[in-house]
Amino acid sequence: MVNSRRSFIKISALGASGIALTPLAFSSINESTLSENLLAEGTKNLKRTATYCEVCFWKCAAWAYTDEEGNVKKLVGNENDPHCNGRLCPRGTGGVGMYNDKDRLKTPLIRKTIDGKETFVEASWDEALDLVASKFKGIKKKYGAESLGLLKHGCPGAHFNHLFRSFGSETDAEPAYAQCRGPRETGFALTFGSWVGSPEPTDIRDTKCLVLIGSHIGENMHNSQIQEMSDAIDNGATIITVDPRLSTAASKSDYWLPIKPSTDIALLLAWMHVLIYEDIYDKDYVERYGLGFDELKEHVKDFTPEWAYGITTIKPDQIRKTARAMGAASPAVIIHPGRHVVWYGDDTQRARAMAILNGLLGSWGRRGGFYFKEKIKIPDFPHPPYPEPKWGWKELAAKYPLADMGITTELIRASIPNKDNKYQIKAWMVAGTNLIQSIPDTKLLLEAIDALEFLVVIDTMPMDITGYADVILPECTYLERCDILRSATNREPSIALRVAATTPKYNTKPGSWIAREIGLRLGLDEYYNYENLKEVIEWQLEQLGSSLEEMKKIGVKKFPRKSGSMYITEGEHHEFGTQSGKVEFYSAELEELGFDPMPVYKSHDHPEQGFYRLNYGRSPMHTFSRTINNPNLNDLMDENKLWVNPKVARIEGLKNEQEVWLENQDGVISEFPIKVRVTERIRWDSVYMYHGFGQHNKKLSRAYGKGACDTQLITKISTDPIMGGSAMRGNFVKFITNNPHKDIEV
Amino acid sequence: MRYAMVIDTLKCVGCSDCVVACQTENNVPIGYCRDWITESVSGTYPTLELELKSERCNHCSSAPCVRCCPTGASHIVEGGIVKVTANECIGCGACIESCPYDARYQHPEGHVDKCTFCHHRLEKGQLPACVSVCPTKCMYFGDLDDPTSEVSQLLKSRKHKVLAPEAGTKPNVYYLIK
Ligand code: SF4
Repeated sequence: MVNSRRSFIKISALGASGIALTPLAFSSINESTLSENLLAEGTKNLKRTATYCEVCFWKCAAWAYTDEEGNVKKLVGNENDPHCNGRLCPRGTGGVGMYNDKDRLKTPLIRKTIDGKETFVEASWDEALDLVASKFKGIKKKYGAESLGLLKHGCPGAHFNHLFRSFGSETDAEPAYAQCRGPRETGFALTFGSWVGSPEPTDIRDTKCLVLIGSHIGENMHNSQIQEMSDAIDNGATIITVDPRLSTAASKSDYWLPIKPSTDIALLLAWMHVLIYEDIYDKDYVERYGLGFDELKEHVKDFTPEWAYGITTIKPDQIRKTARAMGAASPAVIIHPGRHVVWYGDDTQRARAMAILNGLLGSWGRRGGFYFKEKIKIPDFPHPPYPEPKWGWKELAAKYPLADMGITTELIRASIPNKDNKYQIKAWMVAGTNLIQSIPDTKLLLEAIDALEFLVVIDTMPMDITGYADVILPECTYLERCDILRSATNREPSIALRVAATTPKYNTKPGSWIAREIGLRLGLDEYYNYENLKEVIEWQLEQLGSSLEEMKKIGVKKFPRKSGSMYITEGEHHEFGTQSGKVEFYSAELEELGFDPMPVYKSHDHPEQGFYRLNYGRSPMHTFSRTINNPNLNDLMDENKLWVNPKVARIEGLKNEQEVWLENQDGVISEFPIKVRVTERIRWDSVYMYHGFGQHNKKLSRAYGKGACDTQLITKISTDPIMGGSAMRGNFVKFITNNPHKDIEV
Repeated sequence: MRYAMVIDTLKCVGCSDCVVACQTENNVPIGYCRDWITESVSGTYPTLELELKSERCNHCSSAPCVRCCPTGASHIVEGGIVKVTANECIGCGACIESCPYDARYQHPEGHVDKCTFCHHRLEKGQLPACVSVCPTKCMYFGDLDDPTSEVSQLLKSRKHKVLAPEAGTKPNVYYLIK
């Protein structure tokens, strides 16, 4: 019944649109009901399949269109998906390039020594999987399963996580935490008792004032965030951007505060000062839900805009004006938590300062501020309980009292043999993350890799990390595989389906298959009590009151909220998730642990003469290093450039498009040159480049040697003592104009 | 009917989604494009203006490319869309030279190619691929002959400009500005 009704609606929509080619008709047509029978120019009979994007962590639900031969022709966003609302970002639209890339990993590879030379030899899946299983068994026997470390990202991570837990290892970590958003989760949890999470529950579409601290929405293409920022612009919201660079967002802002790098906490404290001492904070909210306001008021007494001016270079009247704009918009104001927030080592405290500001403005749990998100729990396919490991990521991260996830750098340190290491890691599995680009301090990383008894890497592309592997297992792309259901936190909970839009190219396999095959070889049959992932998903969907058949037709299913309103209602009693149940301006928890209970500004190093702070960020066309070789996206941007202020260019004698090498404060020189882009958009004390370029695997025919790699130049890391984040923005570089590698080049 | 595209520069972030969506929709070979992004910066730090925008064929009402085409391959269809019939095009390149917007390119198969406002989609009642994909929703499409259309209304209420007005081509792509 449902079926025929759906197709009936589809036909009528097509008919109506055929007659009226007016703009009105355009806006009333629902793309997703229409597109099923669409033909792209010159292409017949496209079939559409439900998927969700894997080009970044936003995981937008989409339709993959394939032709009769099974070639994926285009990807279009699913209209009903709150992550994309029918519009993929450039990387998502260009996801076809991931599937078409001829440089893909094609077959399992095993490192072998032939005639004294190490080389990769093609292997069958059986051969490669048998080898992985025997190595894993060997390590378990000799050292315990705990000595197997898993470094992961994205969907494949979930499959291998299950494998590791079943085998008795909980030694895992992902760069997405300690090298990215960890500090903000801890800072907001300490204040509001809840992680920010992904997607961020920022109510941007209804906000009256959006404050971005170094967050470059529009260059990071976190899809629904961009879409809502656009809505906010349409609605006339005030946008305030704090950034030493004229980011795209800064250029769209009512106020751009070109701050001196590393001084953000001073600005945040001065804003608190103005809000409190000008009496323009949300008094009712603070009284009803806050804890420690009096201490905060006393704490920020001397942090006047004049005080902050000397530190931040932001004029006092700008600080006052922007604070008043926030006060006027309260509670419909968002001090955006940002995403990649590992900057200077006091990042949890900066995140705390941002959270406190939101608390003063009463924006957490308010329309136009932050909404209370909700998510559907996808039931676990029944399996016996996991064995209890003797140690795992928690023990490795023990010196950081508020680490909530594995700390990659600690896992790396524990892999370097040292008699003081209480816990020793002997082998790694790396799934879907290119550690060479995602982990700073390459020397330490390579030292750890060198010491490993075994390294297996799972990826779709010959990323730099694969070059260090003993075994490489080629995963097929997201367009060629069925995967775990996506459950998303949002205004309304939803799930999304990914099934294979086509058959895997080459000799590649889905992550779920690879994990299960290894599991069976390790004798973990009872944890893999199914034939394939489809069976698992079918079972899960049944539990959720849906079915595979239904999901294949709709792609995304929304569920009604169960946790009540998205916002606190006027005067409502509300229990926050903090220890006290209140919004904690003063954190007793931090104090007990020996940290500042309220954020304090501390000065950080600044570059010496002749050096410039190395800043880096995202380009809208790429996701880190993983997309640089994608033919469609590489076509949009094939190298990064070094942004240099014209004054600096004059002093240093640099010209536009000139190639330079960079040397950092520790004498590390970039492997590849980068072209100079002279632009007013960057401060004179910093240089800037897009992250992800300068890859050194020659098998990446488009990405190899194009541009410079920021990660390589990040050798000085300040570690956040609260949660273990690796802060990377304290590195300084100078320019080298003559090829420093000339002598050693062959 | 006069089709027009209106692009809000206050919202465009220059992400190039329009470029990839056009490529995959229209089988534009890699290395070529029918639309592209331009960036212009003015002022000195920190008093700066940045304008990002998506550009393409302007489907000019007075189109030099159509006038100079020796075979009639370049022509205008209903709604004012400027099109090229591939198998009538001899690839002489006169139109490429004549276009003040550099909107045309020579396809590796020999003929000249350019934006069609996704004519094949319009026929099905769909918006051009670039308009329907844009994450900032900064692009609008419709009929300027209809005073009630969204594009007409936007041009009535917002400050706007066209590119190279001095060329006298009467372009039909408009940019909303501050
Ligand atoms: S934001 Fe872009 S890359 Fe990320 S999941 Fe969505 S479409 Fe894919």
